[in-house]
Amino acid sequence: MTTATVTGKPEEPVVATKNYLTEEGTTLRSWLLTRDHKRIAILYTLSLTVFFFVGGAAATLIRLNLVTPAGIFTPDIYNRLFTLHGIVMVWFFLIPSIPNTMGNFLIPLMIGAKDLAFPRLNLLSWYLYMGAGFLALFAILIGGVDTGWTFYTPFSSLYSNGYVVLALAAVFAVGFSSILTGLNFIVTTHRLRAPGMTWYRLPVFVWSNYATSVIMVLATPVLAITLLLVAVERLLRVGIFDPALGGDPLLFQHLFWFYSHPAVYIMILPGFGVISEIVPCFARKPLFGYKFVVWSSIAISVIGFFVWAHHMFVAGISLYAGLVFSLLSYVIAVPSAIKVFNWTATLHKGWISFDAPMLYALGFIGLFTIGGLTGLFVANLAFDVHVTDTYFVVAHFHYIMVGGMVSAYFGGLHYWWPKVTGRLYPEWWARIAALLIFFGFNLTFFPQFILGYLGMERRYYAYPPEFQAWNIFSSAGASVLAVGYVLPFFYLGWSLFRGKRAGSNPWAATGLEWKTPSPPPTHNFDRTPTVTRPPYQYRPEPEPQDV
Amino acid sequence: MSDATPHPQPVPRPEPQYATMDQQAEAASFGMWVFLATEVLFFGGMLLAYAWLRASHPDGVAEAGRHTKVVIGSVNTLVLLTSSLTMAWAVHAAEHGRRTALTRLLAVTALLGLLFLGLKGYEYHGEWAEHLVPGLNFQENGPHARTIELFYFLYFLLTGIHGIHVTIGIVLIAVMAVRARRGAFSAGYFTPVEVTGLYWHFVDIVWIFLYPLIYLAGRSGP
Amino acid sequence: MGSLQLLPPTASSHAADMDWLFAALLGVSAFILLLVFGLMILFCVRYRKGSKVERGNRLGRTWRVEVAWTGLTFAAFLVLYFWGADLYVRIHSPPGEATDIYVVGKQWMWKIEHPGGQREIDTLHVPVGRPVRLVLTSQDVIHDFAIPAFRIRQDAVPGRYETLWFMPTEVGEYRLFCAEFCGTWHSRMGGTIVVMEPSDFQRWLDSQDPGPSLAQEGEALFRSYGCSGCHGGAGTVRAPRLEGLFGRPVPLEDGRTVIADDRYIRDSILMPKAEIAAGYPPVMPSFAGQIGEDDLLKLVAYIKSLADKTADSAERPAP
Repeated sequence: MTTATVTGKPEEPVVATKNYLTEEGTTLRSWLLTRDHKRIAILYTLSLTVFFFVGGAAATLIRLNLVTPAGIFTPDIYNRLFTLHGIVMVWFFLIPSIPNTMGNFLIPLMIGAKDLAFPRLNLLSWYLYMGAGFLALFAILIGGVDTGWTFYTPFSSLYSNGYVVLALAAVFAVGFSSILTGLNFIVTTHRLRAPGMTWYRLPVFVWSNYATSVIMVLATPVLAITLLLVAVERLLRVGIFDPALGGDPLLFQHLFWFYSHPAVYIMILPGFGVISEIVPCFARKPLFGYKFVVWSSIAISVIGFFVWAHHMFVAGISLYAGLVFSLLSYVIAVPSAIKVFNWTATLHKGWISFDAPMLYALGFIGLFTIGGLTGLFVANLAFDVHVTDTYFVVAHFHYIMVGGMVSAYFGGLHYWWPKVTGRLYPEWWARIAALLIFFGFNLTFFPQFILGYLGMERRYYAYPPEFQAWNIFSSAGASVLAVGYVLPFFYLGWSLFRGKRAGSNPWAATGLEWKTPSPPPTHNFDRTPTVTRPPYQYRPEPEPQDV
Repeated sequence: MSDATPHPQPVPRPEPQYATMDQQAEAASFGMWVFLATEVLFFGGMLLAYAWLRASHPDGVAEAGRHTKVVIGSVNTLVLLTSSLTMAWAVHAAEHGRRTALTRLLAVTALLGLLFLGLKGYEYHGEWAEHLVPGLNFQENGPHARTIELFYFLYFLLTGIHGIHVTIGIVLIAVMAVRARRGAFSAGYFTPVEVTGLYWHFVDIVWIFLYPLIYLAGRSGP
Repeated sequence: MGSLQLLPPTASSHAADMDWLFAALLGVSAFILLLVFGLMILFCVRYRKGSKVERGNRLGRTWRVEVAWTGLTFAAFLVLYFWGADLYVRIHSPPGEATDIYVVGKQWMWKIEHPGGQREIDTLHVPVGRPVRLVLTSQDVIHDFAIPAFRIRQDAVPGRYETLWFMPTEVGEYRLFCAEFCGTWHSRMGGTIVVMEPSDFQRWLDSQDPGPSLAQEGEALFRSYGCSGCHGGAGTVRAPRLEGLFGRPVPLEDGRTVIADDRYIRDSILMPKAEIAAGYPPVMPSFAGQIGEDDLLKLVAYIKSLADKTADSAERPAP
């Protein structure tokens, strides 16, 4: 192991002469027309950051409004705020977050390829994403949408007075962006693996993104067609979702959740991948139960297609449908539990260090476990009758999406930051941010479980006064969380210019991405690597070196 | 065929991410298969809506189905099936490096596609004249008017989106024909033709599903 | 500012069951959570980098461990599943003697009609200790009738009847919410459930403008819409008689048999061609778009009242 290069001094000449950031030129044109998966990943990261802060600003205003029972904004503004928050965070941040940034950057590096299979398609996917993003922002600026991100009919098709069709078009377009990404990842994983990179030598990150891609490719088109149907229904006043026109609103819910429940796994599976990279690296141990972790990802992506109606337990589905979908929802909890146990077991008898990526990873395991366990509550038929559409559900999916996925995103961002930029981030600032995010998150969302059980409903701009105390806790937590999210923006920005040079492998990690210089050259490897060993071959630390 | 070209065959080099042309060809055709999987689900959503409509209003759907123009639909089915044949033949010609045959067969395929679109347009025209276009000029009375409107809504959506796919297919095939004429393909390299062929067959198969659902719904059974 | 409340009021027969289920879910979760967190913290401290503990003899044979924890968690999950499923079935099986109360949601209010014809908006008076069955529908978008103190909720879907039942156990006033986003004033679409002693409830019923009962109003509508012309038995058109119909199986023309419930009556008024009773010509016109949800409920109530009326005379002679 070449752990001696931590200072990075020997690498500097390499950095200066030949890497993907400079090799193709530094003009705007060279970036906007690039086909390099790493550059496209950077484009995605920058645009996602913008959307993350747009969605975050809406969240801040929502929490501000909920400090008082009477609310601060008018209901119409509030309804637009949570719709904006939902649409932007789900489709413009969470779904593309890890796949399109880290996945784009790392999958070719991890499998020893020079690029994705279809580089032009990859760039097209980014342009689709941007076009859709501008459309969404345009719809918001000219008046907004008040349907909630779920677009339930017949409210969205006939009653809402917002710019619903524009928003539908934006989501429609961003859906194709994610289909193209998924297609690219699937073909790349199948066809571009380096010699010796067998399926069971793939890092779990690649497996997770592969499982995610399968969902993207198979579920997203159903969303696209559903939204198209709603848009036509709204424009032409004919459609099959409105009972007044002879249709059925439950058909919409079935179609919508057929995409949107698997989409939850699009949002969390790549996070599993990131955690499975970080935990072995900082525990200096191979991942416990590699094959179980891998196959649980695949199981989740398959079973994920058969649980959608658990969103509809009180919507008027039949008793038998309820019984079946609840059972399947319990079944899908098992592979998630397997992962948590395997990560925990990986820590056993390791040499654990607590750098920022590891703090995020441990935070992820904790928060995801809480989110997953409360998933058992809402998958429970009877219990769901009491808490569905309350803040209990809101808290549950934020534990998964924010506590889980956003923690994983930040963990991955810090872990691969040296690889992407060639610089180290300031460790202590990063640890402070990780802790702030963990505690701020719990303070924000744990009270919402209690609020939900008490009966505080979702999407209420005003609420009965007896709920105020817990809401104040939640809003206070949100401000801590906001500080935690803004901090990395500054210190990571600083490190771009002032951070220490990283060297090719600052964490002494295994994996092909660490075998090439940081930042990597345009075609990743000077010579196509040959793989001879399974992943995560971390050896016990030699004692003297630690002390 | 008489197209033994004297000048040397072009030998395209793979894009930088591929080691060999074979690898690139495999990736391209695998990519098309994955894309077609997406497409299946895309049409699947609409077909589910159709299934729901037919299950909840069987009589209305049957009546609506009897309004459809089964002769045009059947001729169009024949046209598309023939075009699939010429497409398959074109890929075969490409495999054996027969340039003229390839160009001609692609042109015939594209023309058959155009014929399909023309007939479809004629059919739409008739439906417009009969006031069967939901949301724009739909006029129908009788007990099943609502269902007939929904049926025609799905009909226009399904055939419209299928029509867009046919149009894209025609453009792709035309591009392939031009490239074939210029000698871009050889027995060693014809991946784009093969991939276009996959796409065209898919468009054809979708129609095979649509045809009975639309035209035979009210005409089958007792 | 409210105090830090932890549990909502417990005021229906479902509420205690739900709280026990909640406790069970919490128990299982707490066990798993403590196990995972405990091990994580233990490992993080004991095996931190630099600590000099024995690290030999690592876990081998991982698949045994994997199978063990997979099997155990799944078994625990199954117990929770059956517990919840059982309660769900009970929540959806109203006792036979429940009183039917009709609820129509519209942007942004709840219109409630008691069987005796008393009406309320956004307030529902019910007697303690008597089961109540709500028949819910909506006039526009999807709403949701939610009573946290009773631990129940149900979507009110336009074009459908959904039902919900409960038995209040504590006298008092409880909050009612709309739980499905329905537009601008969604947050204000709520009200109060007033649970009273049966005697007080009777006094309250009597003090209300009695008005005609739902069924009586339905009877009037039955004539004014011309239904009685064919279904009354005097007309020239042969139409099924509706006495004794409600709640009984109806053989259909296409060979199926359906139970004549709220949904069937409603669909037969709006979409008469969909389910034609066997042996009758399909000549009834659709009333879709002509009869509002309120009037539909009254017609259904009237036809339902006919079931009781003729139950004796129509069914008894059989043996």
